[in-house]
Parts: sequence; structure tokens; C-alpha cells
Amino acid sequence: MKPNQETHIVGTKTFVLVWVALLFLTGLTIEAAELQMGKWSMLANLLIASTKASLVLWIFMHLKYERRLFKLLLLVPIVTITIIIGLTFLDIWYR
Amino acid sequence: MTDLTHNEQKSIDYTGAKLGMWLFLFTEILLFGGMFLLYAVYRDVHSADFHEAAKEMSLVFGAVNTVILLTSSLTMALSISAIKNNRRTASMLYQVVTVIFAAAFLVNKFIEWQDHILHGIYPNSPELLAMSHGKILYFGLYYVMTGIHGIHVLIGAAIICGTLILTKQGRITSNDYIKLENTGLFWHLIDIIWIYLFPLFYLIK
Repeated sequence: MKPNQETHIVGTKTFVLVWVALLFLTGLTIEAAELQMGKWSMLANLLIASTKASLVLWIFMHLKYERRLFKLLLLVPIVTITIIIGLTFLDIWYR
Repeated sequence: MTDLTHNEQKSIDYTGAKLGMWLFLFTEILLFGGMFLLYAVYRDVHSADFHEAAKEMSLVFGAVNTVILLTSSLTMALSISAIKNNRRTASMLYQVVTVIFAAAFLVNKFIEWQDHILHGIYPNSPELLAMSHGKILYFGLYYVMTGIHGIHVLIGAAIICGTLILTKQGRITSNDYIKLENTGLFWHLIDIIWIYLFPLFYLIK
């Protein structure tokens, strides 16, 4: 039984382009650390890591082409973990 | 009574199967998320110790492993596109390459761990326990997080060996490839987790 809506096949070129972008971002994050900007280096690294993760989620994991439900559901664990970490730090910093 | 073959009786809920996999991945995000929470808190409380302890890490090993996993994600994605285009041999080839990358990652991990262990740094070692509290926490987190991640790499590689066999047997086809696609989803999540592990353990300067 053919999957009913699954008509979009991502081409090799797109995958390779994303891969190159991921390698570039990896180099960038190593550079950002080498610059030793303290807290800003860590922030930059986390932002770059999140960009890389987003590329993997969006293209490699096909999320861009999935129905909206999948995109919405992904927010659940992300928001959950953000709240958990956020509230924990509120406790640590201002207890 | 008509005799239906097994294939004609079977029906596949493609979207349901994919959704089920995503739901499982959400539990994995929370699993590793919990460990990242520990890391975040202890690094904030012991930032100097974490900085010191991170000097034991080899940037080269970390960077090479990052490139290995990123490339394995590429080959995994290509294997799925290949089977969708009914290119069975290409799909199998990409799956084989993905497993080889996984093995390379695990070999690297083994060498890294062996190096640390030979220097007396392992959970509960006398050298480790003599260090400051923050350093003990850093290495504890390092072993647990990269360890559990490594187990996931091993499991993922084993599953891809399974999909490789299924593809060869014609049980994963251009009409029914959800098993391979879900395996890919699992594999990409493993890649994402490492994308965060790398800067947190190897890029503290």
C-alpha cells in the first residue's frame, strides 16, 4: 500500500548542501570557542548547535515536508525541557 | 472463502507508524534533556572546575566524531531517498556506509575512553576522587552522557544492519519503507544529541 501523501522525495543535491552547511557550522563553532569570549562563546556555540539541530530536523528528518501536527508536537518536549531548565536556573540563581 | 495472501491482508498505517516513532523520539529528548539539565546546573555552579577538567578532552577526537556522525546522517538520508526512488542497491550501499561510520565513531570513543582510563580518570577512581568536586562531576557527566549516547549509536547501528537485511530481502521497498524511514529518524536524533554534546564537553575554553 503506497503511503498516501508521501510524494515528496528530497534530492541528493539538497542533502549534500545541508551536509556542507553542517560541516561549515561545525568549523564555525570550533572557531567561536577558540576566540575565547567566555560566556559569549558558550552562547554562540549553543546557537550554532541549535542551528545545526534545526537543519537536521527540518531537512534530514523531513520535518519541513511533514504535516503541521508533527511540527506542533515537537514543540511539546522542547518547551517542556526549556521550562524545566529555566525554572531550575531561577531557583539556583535566586533561591 | 477467498484465499488472500498475507500481503493483501496487511494494511499499513504509514502516518501512524511515523507519528509513533516521533513520539518515541520525544521521550529520548526528555531522557537526554534531563542529563543536559544536570550538566547546565553543575557547570554553572562549578564553572572553573569544568573549564579545567575540559582540558583533558581531545578536540581532534571530538571534531572527527562530529564529522563522522554528520556524514552518517547524510548517508542515512540518502539511503531513504534511494529506496523511495526504487534504487534498492544504492539504498543498501548507503546503509552499509552508515554502519561503517557508526563503527568508526565507536572505535574513536573506545580510544578516547581508554586514554582517560589509563590516566586514572574513571568513575570512582582514586585519582578522580582526589580531584575537586566540580571536576568529579564533569567526568561523571562525561562518562554517563557519552556512554548512554554511545549505547544509542550501537543500537542504531544494529537496527540499520536489520534494515539492510530487510532491504535485501525485498521487505523494505519503494512502496513500504517506513521501517527504514523510522530508523533514519532515530539515527538523526542520535546525531542531534551529539551536536549538543560536542560543544558542551569539548569546546569549553
